[in-house]
Amino acid sequence: MSVTVGIPRALLYYYYYPQWETFFNRLGVKTLVSRETTRGLLEKGLKSTVDEACLPVKLAVGHVLDLKDRVDYIFLPRIVSTARREYICPKFLGFPDMVRNNIDNLPPLLDYKMDLYRKGSSMYNLFYAVGRYFTRNPARIYMAYQASLKSLHSHYRDMEAGQLPVETGDKHNRKECDVTIAVIGHPYNIYDRYISMNMLKRLRDYGARVVTADNLPEYVLRAEAEKLPKQLFWTLNQRMVGAAFYYFNRPEVDGLIHVASFGCGPDSMTGELIERFARRCSRKPLLSLTIDEHTGEAGMVTRLEAFMDMVRWRLNLDNVAASL
Amino acid sequence: MKIVYPHMGYMWICIKAMLEYLDVEVVVPPPSSKKTLLLGVKHAPEFACMPLKLNLGNFMEAAELGADTMVMAGGCGPCRFGYYAHVEHAILRDLGYQYQLVVLEPPQKHIGELLGKIKHITGHQSWRKVINGIRFGYHKAEAVDELEKTANYCRPREIKPGTTDRALQAALKEVIAADTPEKLPAARKRAFEIMRSVPVDRLRPVLRIGLVGEIYTLLEPFTNQDIERKLGGMGVEVDRSIYLSEWINEHLFLGLVKNKRSSKTAREKAVKYLGHFVGGHGLETVGNTVLYAEQGYDGVIQMLPFTCMPEIVAQSILPRVSTETGIPTMTLIVDEQSGEAGLVTRLEAFVDLLARKKQTGEVLA
Ligand code: SF4
Repeated sequence: MSVTVGIPRALLYYYYYPQWETFFNRLGVKTLVSRETTRGLLEKGLKSTVDEACLPVKLAVGHVLDLKDRVDYIFLPRIVSTARREYICPKFLGFPDMVRNNIDNLPPLLDYKMDLYRKGSSMYNLFYAVGRYFTRNPARIYMAYQASLKSLHSHYRDMEAGQLPVETGDKHNRKECDVTIAVIGHPYNIYDRYISMNMLKRLRDYGARVVTADNLPEYVLRAEAEKLPKQLFWTLNQRMVGAAFYYFNRPEVDGLIHVASFGCGPDSMTGELIERFARRCSRKPLLSLTIDEHTGEAGMVTRLEAFMDMVRWRLNLDNVAASL
Repeated sequence: MKIVYPHMGYMWICIKAMLEYLDVEVVVPPPSSKKTLLLGVKHAPEFACMPLKLNLGNFMEAAELGADTMVMAGGCGPCRFGYYAHVEHAILRDLGYQYQLVVLEPPQKHIGELLGKIKHITGHQSWRKVINGIRFGYHKAEAVDELEKTANYCRPREIKPGTTDRALQAALKEVIAADTPEKLPAARKRAFEIMRSVPVDRLRPVLRIGLVGEIYTLLEPFTNQDIERKLGGMGVEVDRSIYLSEWINEHLFLGLVKNKRSSKTAREKAVKYLGHFVGGHGLETVGNTVLYAEQGYDGVIQMLPFTCMPEIVAQSILPRVSTETGIPTMTLIVDEQSGEAGLVTRLEAFVDLLARKKQTGEVLA
């Protein structure tokens, strides 16, 4: 008899999925990832969350609903903190409770917490607690955990080598790109094809190479973010600011796009800081996009196209200037 | 050095007392108003919450009065508030204001950290005097809280409409005027006499509503559109889940002052519905709702600024709390567009509902 654990394709899925999958599979547990986002899936989420929640949270609820009747458990760790003295966002702290109190007839939630806020804390607590559901043998849990760490690290290496979380192979960043665009945003916004309205693919179709914060090693992001007057206490936004500051100074990057969720608290702060930084210290074009469930595809396409025109125009201008 | 700090309800009274006792020059910004908000909205990020916008407006208005040093509280997340001071400072700088910034962060381990910053502001005062100053400010906060609580009791019971509010203003004046710790007890006594002179009908039946939510919205009447007064006028006795002195005690003194209502019970009550703290007062919002239900209140109103993250978590859990405990709840979200008329209609509808529920309850009993 084999059990299935459901994993919502949302929130930090894009960072941790390889680790989670390896862990469960090593324990002989099947995993099922929710289907890719569709309008229908999103709409289910919208119905089960308060209006004021941000789009990513509503979407995550939709993904939980998508799994609800098809799995024995849902893996929904309470991600308190993934780095010392930092958080993701208050909503991540309460997410399992938001789900539990709004959806009836859920399969059991594996909602143990992952909390690396304090010095010396480890992810192992989470995996041990979850592993106990499926085996009584601590050594097996430990081995599965070690294997999962390996997957995680090779995932990181792939990203630093230029891959993005949702893709395989090298077919995407094609050689003949003439411009490079940095896309700065929460992973669950920019990598979800539906939510981002396929922004990454569109940019590539326009002939751009795309880079994100995840292509940079952690230490670079942190070093760059130190330009802020005070360290940010949100990990993802710290990564975003770090990446923005870094790419602003890279000659090979021709433009930046900042993607924020409508009503997102942390984004409202870091978006402001990035824009101010851009105005003070950089000549690179910056496009700020805010997305929510009502954002129209047509409008976004127009803005992207206009932005790409501007990037190219700038580039040509610089080339002319250089040849004089 | 002319110090300015942003408004949050009557907090200015207690900080002003403390700083002036320490011979620091203080500029109290004009009370938050439409104009303050407009200034803030114009220059702050769109999705910043209302407190940030008002803070910004306060600082801009105070600059015209000669303030040159902004003092702000800080924090270490996950609520945005912890980063406000720096964003506000950056915006002001780009606008050409020459503000010096001092951030008072809630001490991580020891009250000494906070005292150090206070020492920086107060210059060469002795520790003893500084501590007396803090104590003085704190006692003023306590006095103000007591007056407000009395007013919340009197309002729904007053015989002539408006007497409570007039008395409250007069009483506050007494407390504000006391400029040394020695004068405070007498001033406090006079203030309470004023409040006691409000004729009330003690037997009048009233509804009781608990207010929960984000602290700035709870404390700042401009943001919550004077909700306590409005409800009082509708015959409701209001209990606010957090008062200034309680907040100071918990967050700045780390609970040093005993015998104060603390949020610990509330947090314990919340666990059933929300298993982890979520920043701000999200956990307390859930827990206090449970507490109010247990204490037989007729209803609970949650208030939050648009986009406030911890409160959104709480908001999405309150319906379940309400079904399980039977206490009706309502959520009010404030932003720069909230109109007065709309609020009054919603409050009236809610109060009506509570009144009807109470009646049927009594008939059945
Ligand atoms: S960080 Fe922003 S987008 Fe992400 S969950 Fe929090 S509020 Fe929503």
